[in-house]
Amino acid sequence: MALRFSSLAKPQGTWWHPFGRDERLWGALAVIWGLAMFAMIVFIWPAIGREQNQIQSYRIAPATFGALTDQFIETYQVGEIDGVPVVAPPPGSDVYLEARAFAWRPVIQLKRGETYRFLISSRDLQHGFSLVMAPHSINFQVLPDYVTVIQLTPEEAGEYPIVCNEYCGLGHHLMLGRIIVTE
Amino acid sequence: MQAVAALQRRCQVTGLLVDRSAERQIMAFAVTAVVYLAIGGLLALLIALTRWQAIHLLPYESFYAFVSTHGMVMLIFWIIFFEIAGLIFGSTVLLSARMVVPALGWIAFGLMLAGSVVATYLMLTGRAVVMFTSYPPLKAPPLYYAAVLVFAVGAILGVVHFVINLVGARLRGDVGSLPLFTFALLGAAIIALWSLLSGAAALLPVFLWTVGLIPSVDPGVYRLLYWGLGHGAQQINLAAMVAVWYGLASLTTGAKVVNEGFSRIAIVLYVLFINMGAMHHLLVDPGLGTWVRNVNASYFMYGAVIGSLIHAFSIPASVELAMREKGFRQGLFTWLRRAPWGEPGFAALVTSLFLFGVMGGVSGVIIGGPFVNMISHNTLLVPAHFHMTVVAGTTAAFMGISYYLVPLIFQRQLVLRSWAKLQPYVYALGMTIFGLGMGLAGHWGVPRRHWDITFSTARALRTDIFEQPEIAVFLAGLGIGAIIAVIGGAMFVAVIVGTVLLGRRTATPALGKIAPEAFLPVPIAAGGSGDEVDTVEPSHEGFEVPGALVLALAFLALFALLYAISWYELSSVPWGIH
Repeated sequence: MALRFSSLAKPQGTWWHPFGRDERLWGALAVIWGLAMFAMIVFIWPAIGREQNQIQSYRIAPATFGALTDQFIETYQVGEIDGVPVVAPPPGSDVYLEARAFAWRPVIQLKRGETYRFLISSRDLQHGFSLVMAPHSINFQVLPDYVTVIQLTPEEAGEYPIVCNEYCGLGHHLMLGRIIVTE
Repeated sequence: MQAVAALQRRCQVTGLLVDRSAERQIMAFAVTAVVYLAIGGLLALLIALTRWQAIHLLPYESFYAFVSTHGMVMLIFWIIFFEIAGLIFGSTVLLSARMVVPALGWIAFGLMLAGSVVATYLMLTGRAVVMFTSYPPLKAPPLYYAAVLVFAVGAILGVVHFVINLVGARLRGDVGSLPLFTFALLGAAIIALWSLLSGAAALLPVFLWTVGLIPSVDPGVYRLLYWGLGHGAQQINLAAMVAVWYGLASLTTGAKVVNEGFSRIAIVLYVLFINMGAMHHLLVDPGLGTWVRNVNASYFMYGAVIGSLIHAFSIPASVELAMREKGFRQGLFTWLRRAPWGEPGFAALVTSLFLFGVMGGVSGVIIGGPFVNMISHNTLLVPAHFHMTVVAGTTAAFMGISYYLVPLIFQRQLVLRSWAKLQPYVYALGMTIFGLGMGLAGHWGVPRRHWDITFSTARALRTDIFEQPEIAVFLAGLGIGAIIAVIGGAMFVAVIVGTVLLGRRTATPALGKIAPEAFLPVPIAAGGSGDEVDTVEPSHEGFEVPGALVLALAFLALFALLYAISWYELSSVPWGIH
């Protein structure tokens, strides 16, 4: 049998020897596990999961996105909370959500079971869209110059706070938003 | 040989030839590393006592400044200064080879020291609070980016110096095949060159933007450069830790590598899949295609994960083989029960290996997939994961090997050895509680880098959020775990500083039950003959290391269970997403 060496020593002579039974078994299991995880990501979950990662995006100037958000708010505003406009867009529509240091705008009212196309962008810095529903959260990155496009379908009525989870300055912890889901 | 003798000394414990320049540079890098570790550790305590919402120690300006500083000081300065010390050791002392161009090492040190001191000062004083990631359009003064770039250049030179030393040793015939320890460090060095260069490529345009030479930096392109090429930076720490694991196993149990090819291929897998999950930082970003994310976060990531799985088996296997050779052959686990648990290096090896694998590695693979990332991104799950890898894993391992290299290089007797024996366990206990608390809080949605989850100072839309009693428990776990871990860190710093300053000077420091012959190619007392060292019959159905196999299988089963649970959690979210 070939020699074995300490990891701290210079191997001498022929240190290569074929994998033993233990290595072959473990190596096979490791590869199988890797393939299983690969299959889960690429094939299985996309076929069965209700939560898919299919973010789309396009580039936009922050000011343009701001104008589109203002227009969206004007069209669908139904009220106001703490000075923040509340909108109730119809099912299937585009929902604009604007992040800026240090606020989310507007508050969005949705109908349970309906799908909405969220378009999220930032007016200034990077922010983190984090929709909180203990014991879970749903999170997306929000960049200026880009729109994060994702389709969301609320399945339970309730009030869902939005926090920012990408550090955006000394007022980072002031950012709160809200999505209200009605029956 | 008089002139040569002045440039080198023969270590009386290991028999290695120690180049004097290498010795001095290792000392400089290692001491600086530990100073940064101490600073970072103090900041860690203050930050944790603030995230523990019941205590909420710091005001927000200090909190954010300290989080920025803690990140850079720990993940960059402590770890890279220590790793360069390790690279110098692995390319000179370990090979009994000369240092080829000492001046290059000192230039590297000078640049790294200057850059890190300036950057740390700017962060601590609140002048540069852009976090470790410095994502534009967040802006710090140009001097901050310049300081970090200067540090990066120094580190690149340190890595280049390592390669030059290896080439020199090879050309002089001082070394044929590299010891596995140095081979793993070489893997780390290759990854380091790649990621330091890409980090500089991300930061240089930002620097130019802050001085007004370019009008803006695309935030998406920055993220891609920083992470797309820069997650490799974490693979450096992983490869270096793997080197230390093998080294500690050999040092504390006389372990020999079960199969050199198996382990070396695993290192090569790291280098090839260097961009492993680079995309996993960008999985919920706008601007990137689904296909590119899925392939990178799965195919490439698992190539590197297989490398880690190989080491997860090979290292316990090497210990088992060594212990069985010593006579501990009974049953499946006698070798493990009778292993030197009281030896600081072995304690560090086991705790580091266990926590890195079970908590750090598994959590990383889970939250690094494109789907589960949607319920993890930027929550406390992310720092929970990387504290279990870089702190409970890499830092603990580095601490372990310091208990041997510091006395040997500084030629001083280790002080407070009873503290050293306890320290790895204290550290591991603290980090386990910390990791569980932080991870569970993150699962519940608690954000990272956030000063106040009660939103007590928010001006609008205040509501019941994060009020669940279990969250208070999780954050208390974060706080209490951090206190225990910082005590463990302080124990380490005390032992090392005490040894360097007060340890009795001696050319033969007592190092506990280590195997100094671990540095020789063939042990001098292997049954008299110098060749057949594996005289152990395969003990169970033709398996040489059944105990290690069972442990590895148990780990894989736990991995699969946690993995399945993560998919269940994702499916429980009361929203459809597509």
